[in-house]
Amino acid sequence: SSHFFRQDIMKWNGWGYSDSRFLFNKKGQGEFTGKRYRLSGMILPSLKDWFEATFGTSLQHKTPATPTLNVSAVPPPNLVEPFVEELKVAGVAASHDPEGRVFRSHGHCLHEIFALREGRIGRVPDLVVWPNCHNDVVKIVELACKYNVCLMPYGGGTSVSSALECPLEETRSVVSLDTSQMNRILWIDEKNLTVHVEAGIIGQDLERQLNESGYCTGHEPDSMEFSSLGGWVATRASGMKKNIYGNIEDLVVHIKMVTPRGVIEKSCQGPRMSTGPDIHHFIMGSEGTLGVVTEVTMKIRPLPEYQKYGSIVFPNFQQGVSCLREVARQRCAPASIRLMDNEQFQFGHALKPQVSSIFTSFLDGLKKFYITKFKGFEPHHLCVATLLFEGDREKVLQHEKQVYDIAAKFGGLAAGEDNGQRGYMLTFVIAYLRDLGMDYYVIGESFETSVPWDRVLDLCRNVKERIVRECKERGVQFPPFSTCRVTQTYDAGACVYFYFAFNYRGLADPLHVYERVEHEAREEILANGGSLSHHHGVGKLRKEWMREAVSTVGLGMLQSVKEYVDPNNIFGNRNLL
Amino acid sequence: MASVLYSPRDPGLKKRDELEDMLEERRRSSDARHALRCYAPAVYKGLAPREVSALRGAVLQSDALQHVIGQVSAECGERRELVQEEAAHLLDEMAHRLRLGTVRFFAYVLSKVFKTLFRSVRVNEEGVQRLQQAIQDHPVVLLPSHRSYMDFLMMSYILYTYDLALPVIAAGMDFMSMKVVGEMLRMSGAFFIRRSFGGDKLYWAVFSEYVKTMLRTGYAPIEFFLEGTRSRTGKSLTPKTGLLNIVMEPFFKGEVFDIHLVPVSISYDRILEESLYARELLGVPKPKETTSGLLKARQILREDYGVMHVYFGHPVSVRSLAQGRVKRSQYNLVPRHIPQRPCLAAQALVGEAAFRLVRLQEQAMVLRPWTLVATLLLQNPDGMDLPVLEEQAAWLRRLALSFGAFLDWPDCKPCREVVGAGLALHKNLARVSGGRVRLAVAETPGVGQTAEELAFDRAVGVLSCASYRNQILHVFIRPALLSVALRTANSSRKDEVYTCFNFLWTVFSNEFILCPGASVQDFEEACYLLGKCCAVQESQQDIVMSEGGHATLAFLRALLDPFLQGYQVVCQYLCKETEENLRENKFVPAARNFALQLILAGVLTLCYEALSSDLQKNALAALVQLEAVTKVKVGDQVTLKVNRRAASSLEDMLGTF
Repeated sequence: SSHFFRQDIMKWNGWGYSDSRFLFNKKGQGEFTGKRYRLSGMILPSLKDWFEATFGTSLQHKTPATPTLNVSAVPPPNLVEPFVEELKVAGVAASHDPEGRVFRSHGHCLHEIFALREGRIGRVPDLVVWPNCHNDVVKIVELACKYNVCLMPYGGGTSVSSALECPLEETRSVVSLDTSQMNRILWIDEKNLTVHVEAGIIGQDLERQLNESGYCTGHEPDSMEFSSLGGWVATRASGMKKNIYGNIEDLVVHIKMVTPRGVIEKSCQGPRMSTGPDIHHFIMGSEGTLGVVTEVTMKIRPLPEYQKYGSIVFPNFQQGVSCLREVARQRCAPASIRLMDNEQFQFGHALKPQVSSIFTSFLDGLKKFYITKFKGFEPHHLCVATLLFEGDREKVLQHEKQVYDIAAKFGGLAAGEDNGQRGYMLTFVIAYLRDLGMDYYVIGESFETSVPWDRVLDLCRNVKERIVRECKERGVQFPPFSTCRVTQTYDAGACVYFYFAFNYRGLADPLHVYERVEHEAREEILANGGSLSHHHGVGKLRKEWMREAVSTVGLGMLQSVKEYVDPNNIFGNRNLL
Repeated sequence: MASVLYSPRDPGLKKRDELEDMLEERRRSSDARHALRCYAPAVYKGLAPREVSALRGAVLQSDALQHVIGQVSAECGERRELVQEEAAHLLDEMAHRLRLGTVRFFAYVLSKVFKTLFRSVRVNEEGVQRLQQAIQDHPVVLLPSHRSYMDFLMMSYILYTYDLALPVIAAGMDFMSMKVVGEMLRMSGAFFIRRSFGGDKLYWAVFSEYVKTMLRTGYAPIEFFLEGTRSRTGKSLTPKTGLLNIVMEPFFKGEVFDIHLVPVSISYDRILEESLYARELLGVPKPKETTSGLLKARQILREDYGVMHVYFGHPVSVRSLAQGRVKRSQYNLVPRHIPQRPCLAAQALVGEAAFRLVRLQEQAMVLRPWTLVATLLLQNPDGMDLPVLEEQAAWLRRLALSFGAFLDWPDCKPCREVVGAGLALHKNLARVSGGRVRLAVAETPGVGQTAEELAFDRAVGVLSCASYRNQILHVFIRPALLSVALRTANSSRKDEVYTCFNFLWTVFSNEFILCPGASVQDFEEACYLLGKCCAVQESQQDIVMSEGGHATLAFLRALLDPFLQGYQVVCQYLCKETEENLRENKFVPAARNFALQLILAGVLTLCYEALSSDLQKNALAALVQLEAVTKVKVGDQVTLKVNRRAASSLEDMLGTF
């Protein structure tokens, strides 16, 4: 049935589509399977060497995942029969099929996936319901209040903050409210350039359908293949091209949310209002603790006439950051500009597919020679920025020149469109790589923060070093992969993304080590003036720092809103507060 | 030659590295070649060394300095460019100009000088290796003890010899007046700070930014003396926290991942400035450092100064010190270049760290047998028969070792020889005649010598000798305080003994390195040590002297006698002083004169240490702390207001001990 469609083509214990995965073939060559991505079906000759050298692993030592879900390990559902009955009467689809419940019991934190791979199933929702429209949600919430059932909204399932984990202390029946059937574009308003959409729509579907009408929202978070509009609103998501289109809070014009107190929405679609604190800001970032977002009006833009990728090589990370800072100062950032550190640059190289012609490999060699020998860049210090320009052709070319001129002042050399495009393509496949690591004793995760410009360098250095240090102190045998990139620029600061992975052979409790290191890394971020989160949200993973992050009074404000809107904690996922 | 140093039998105490003579190689091969050899030290994170001029520009253009320049210019209505110029001028006056050529010159000359002065210079090479690693991983701050001008010359010489990055050294301005030498020191890495610049905002900004820039960029290890100045007494001085605050700040503000503080203990068989110090303590001002004065010091070269020891301690990570103590996020809300007063927790941490580091220095100071001999001779002013002295020295050696002293007493040699060697090296201080050993002080006045002059003469001998005894006091101080407390306490109940102990501990907290707030730990340590050497027995409630503990406790009490007496004399003086508005700078001469009169009148016998300005100042600080004296600032003058009742009751209290 259509209810289970996504679940059927996606992995139950890893990232993304079932048909797409990295593996090392019999010859030991890296390979990416499937047909969905540019990298699909390609051989990656350097991956093995990079992998073994970076993690000190050997392909001999495997840690394969449990192949199939052991249904008998799933706890029996705790159902409130009259609730289920009344749902049926109301015509809302529901199921307590174990696979569906397990599928909606987690996001993509390392510990969640790691447990699934080992076949460990914790607390899972007791029932999954699929509302079809706003009114269905109203009914479900009413019934949940009536029977004191715990509701947990579920969108795309890409959370990395433990937001989808059922709280262990929850004794009521837990119902996962899957919004995936509320996925229609209800209308497009070309005069005001807005679109009214049901909140369960998945990012890529929204964008594809709008494109067909010649529009886009321009909101492209790295998870857009799987994440939902409602999820973006609930977590304050950020898109790669926010420099042109804005983050979710800039894009949203109107929100409708169903809460235990009733429906919350504004009475008009005025572009800006002075009507007290913006109630949208109680909703955005509420992480499913107040209600379910059902419909959203968003800004749209005509599709850009022209897109151009680009890349710049810098002699070192410091110069790269200075360049990004200058670009932000001049407010001329392209749709996207990202700066990878040296480790990520090398990693990008490891994912280069087999070169098809001698000519290309000759060209690559020549480029390398030019940069390292002629320009004197140190291969272990240089780093790369990737760029994406959008707009009408002439302006893009002008813009491009402006940015490359700034880069030149910081020693940056233009390094071609292809490298840029590859960089963005890697964004989508990189998430698959963790599953490969986990096949060979390597675990890892990414996390992010935002930080004022003057602290970017210090924060990056200190956090990376802290990770290395903590791993060493906790008995990790081989130095971890600890790397970062600057992924967004703002007037007053930047968003920084960290990747961190290590080889856990010889550790008795790798997950615990992992969690402690991530914890210490977050402490280091906060000590260096970074925020608790730029766009991943707080969930349950980062709750312990909320008071520090927003002050006691701030936390109290949020708590009192929760108390008013949902006094019986029907939306009981216990995120954030 | 590797010499095994005595690791105490107690396995709980730290194991120490072995020491190697670094001069041995110098005696075998050419000094010129040594000075001219290829010098390519490993540097911080492999960074290319920066030019001195680049450093200057970075400091002058730094946000922090620019901020203060703006402030100063606004405050005094001066044009910004003028203030900027003034800052540049201050920086040039201060900054080092390290040049390899000068370093090579020093390497050559110092090779010659050190070989003449010292029989050997022994260094723990493991410590050098640790330092080398630390320099590559983190910005490093070198914190040597300070007993002699030789200290920083030797430090740089050692680092050059082992191919380590040369430090940049904070030196007092007084050196700069030595024209040629001052400039040469500058070119070998010294930078000069004015002794006092309390209110000068601009100077402070230039200075702190200069130090922090070097630290942040890993330009070079920074070296300074926690004690602020050379200790004239052989005891460690209460640490100054100003510079330590500056060097720890880049960590608190997240500008560096970590900073490593490396305590270095430098100890001498004989200090070059030995009798100079004693005279200084007695009020003969020290000669101003002049180049010609230094040349006159050539006669020094003819004497034997025995062995010098340099022990590089384990690097102390500022990050670990601050772990869980200082919230670095306190700096999140203000741009980091704007000066911000550190929070109380950070201040407390720096203060504590300073004491801890000085204690680490103390603990790794190599103690020579002579220090034990000097201690015994001071306790027996009438002299001792040589065999008795030897026997007691052997006894004291065992006691010191059981307390964890880092004692360099060759195991293989008979006690007679060891004691004899010490006496021979210090023949200016102790005399052996007719099988009896005594301090080398005049018995009767020389021709034309007044009684006063004779007293001073004797005092010089006693204070010189005391400067050696003082070197081992840190080993005994806690048990000694307990020994005195045990005799005075009304009962053997622990809490009563502790009350006495704590009183003494407070009174002497300026005299010895006693970490603030650690009196309970110190009490426990003292109990443990005295228990360990079977001098006391402890039960749940009580602590009593054991049967065989008499000798140990008596010895330890006697160690504190000069200080107890000296403090009493200061109290007496303050009670008798009739001047209502006693100026602070008149205090030392007046107190000294008071003590001298007591000595001349025969009231105070054998207590020449009461003449020491160091003791007098420490006593005054204690009295201020105990609120028996208040300092009142009137204009530029500081006057002392004495609470006579409090001072006299303190004197009575001290009299009971």
